[in-house]
Amino acid sequence: MTANATEVIVIKGRCVVAGYAAGEALVTQETISGWGGINEREGTVIERRHELRGQSFANKVLVFPGAKGSSGWSAFFHMTRLNGVAPCAMLFTRMTTKMALGAVVTRVPAMTDFDQDPLTVITTGDWVEVDANAGEVRVSRNLAGV
Amino acid sequence: MQLTDYEKSLRDGMNGRAKAQAMDLLIRYGEAVGAERLIETNNVAGAFNASSPSTRHIVEKGFDAVYSELNLDSDEVVDVPHVEANTCQLITGIDNDNWELQGASREMVEQQRASERYLGERGVNMFATCTPYQVGNVPVQGEHCAWMESSAVIYCNSVLGARTNVEGKESTGAAALTGRIPYWGYHLTENRFGTHLITLETAVEDMMDWGLLGYFIGEQVEEDRPVIEGLSHQPDLIKLKHFGAAAASSGGVEMYHIPGVTPEARTVEEAFGPGRPVQHLHYGAAERRATFESLQSATDRKVDFIMLGCPHNSIEQMALIAQLLRGKKIHPDVALWVHTPRAIKQVAERSGYCDVITQAGGAVMSDTCPAISRRMPEGVRVIATDSAKQAHYLPAIANVQGWFGSVQHCIDAALTGQWNAEV
Repeated sequence: MTANATEVIVIKGRCVVAGYAAGEALVTQETISGWGGINEREGTVIERRHELRGQSFANKVLVFPGAKGSSGWSAFFHMTRLNGVAPCAMLFTRMTTKMALGAVVTRVPAMTDFDQDPLTVITTGDWVEVDANAGEVRVSRNLAGV
Repeated sequence: MQLTDYEKSLRDGMNGRAKAQAMDLLIRYGEAVGAERLIETNNVAGAFNASSPSTRHIVEKGFDAVYSELNLDSDEVVDVPHVEANTCQLITGIDNDNWELQGASREMVEQQRASERYLGERGVNMFATCTPYQVGNVPVQGEHCAWMESSAVIYCNSVLGARTNVEGKESTGAAALTGRIPYWGYHLTENRFGTHLITLETAVEDMMDWGLLGYFIGEQVEEDRPVIEGLSHQPDLIKLKHFGAAAASSGGVEMYHIPGVTPEARTVEEAFGPGRPVQHLHYGAAERRATFESLQSATDRKVDFIMLGCPHNSIEQMALIAQLLRGKKIHPDVALWVHTPRAIKQVAERSGYCDVITQAGGAVMSDTCPAISRRMPEGVRVIATDSAKQAHYLPAIANVQGWFGSVQHCIDAALTGQWNAEV
């Protein structure tokens, strides 16, 4: 194995919002609040006891269990799109109306119902390609130094 | 997704571009969630008002542009017609009377008032509260609704036995114009049975107790459906309003059962229907104390601001606050805002409660709350509130320290300027 070898993992899932995007993964095991949980102008998590507090999801592939909290979820992620700080794709494991509507109006590729758990397979910093039309997620990880 | 001929005609623009865009959004949303079809609704509660600074640049293009972008997710600006379904406005950004106290500009309140005239012309009822069920929108058991506001949704499903998912600004905007919403989740009987059994092993008596119980349960079950047994006291609207708001803040609870109290379960067995509890949790004195501590985000005992009325106060809560404040003056360094729906404020004024509260140095606010408006008195560093929901959200939104306690704790803090509550 060379120093630059990369490991590629393919995860299959269901398309929620069609499209293709690639970006760096931001992974959390915790559900995210929209209204009151994110700053929609900066694209950051602000919830007081959240493990991602202070971190930016702008232009990242957000990998998370799903939505929680206020019904302002979709409106706040909608605003992240209008403000140019939306995630570039969303991969989530728990379907709710908040989550589905939020993904739809954020208008980024989104998937759920995976054959492997993305919350354990994907690590923050991995390069992730989301091909929602094909129902496929490709996770690339540089093995150098591992 | 299967559509009726009428729904197809809406989608295809036979009834105008606004309804076509509304149907387009409902189809995208319905397919995302995996719904097989739509269901008719004649009860929509949403957020339509253009009342925040972030909408100002869209308002410049007109209120049709606001509705198109924010309530229909439509890039095309459509002429918005009269609503198809009975529709009301939930909580909004500015108190139409106390806007100066909130620090809002005349321009912002004029924008909100113009927005309300626009919406009223289209049949949107301006309740301007997070608790529409307190001021006239009380759906009957089994009624299909399309409601936003997590604290109202959980009340609608659990206490009233009506059926709604947590909808959003865009789906309620589309439902108002079409009278349709995806037939999914809580609209289907099989998704309404309990998942977790919670046995109470400590007395849950006053409003604060119910807030703590809700906050504990939300953290434990997230978006699942708790069934609560072992009650020592009969809850009422006020307590269930607080309980639900808390459970929908720490978690995503949209429905619960209290056998013998809520309408869809006379017994624990009935609450679980054909299923069995996936988990059995216990709530005792230790859980109560840990939850109380987890809600405190303050260390400084000198408080600046007391927020009461989240969700918006009932008339009984207004009466209690007036009783606690009668003949007293709040500390000069403290601001006290008490929030109640505008319709209830009228009753409170007539009953003399508003005079008592304002003579003590407090303010009676309607239409909004600090978490929604992101407006508080200037220079606030430490807040206290009787709402687990507000204690959960406001410190993160406004970057302040927060104390949580009973209404009595909060009034004591308002009078002394010090937080001294223990549990």
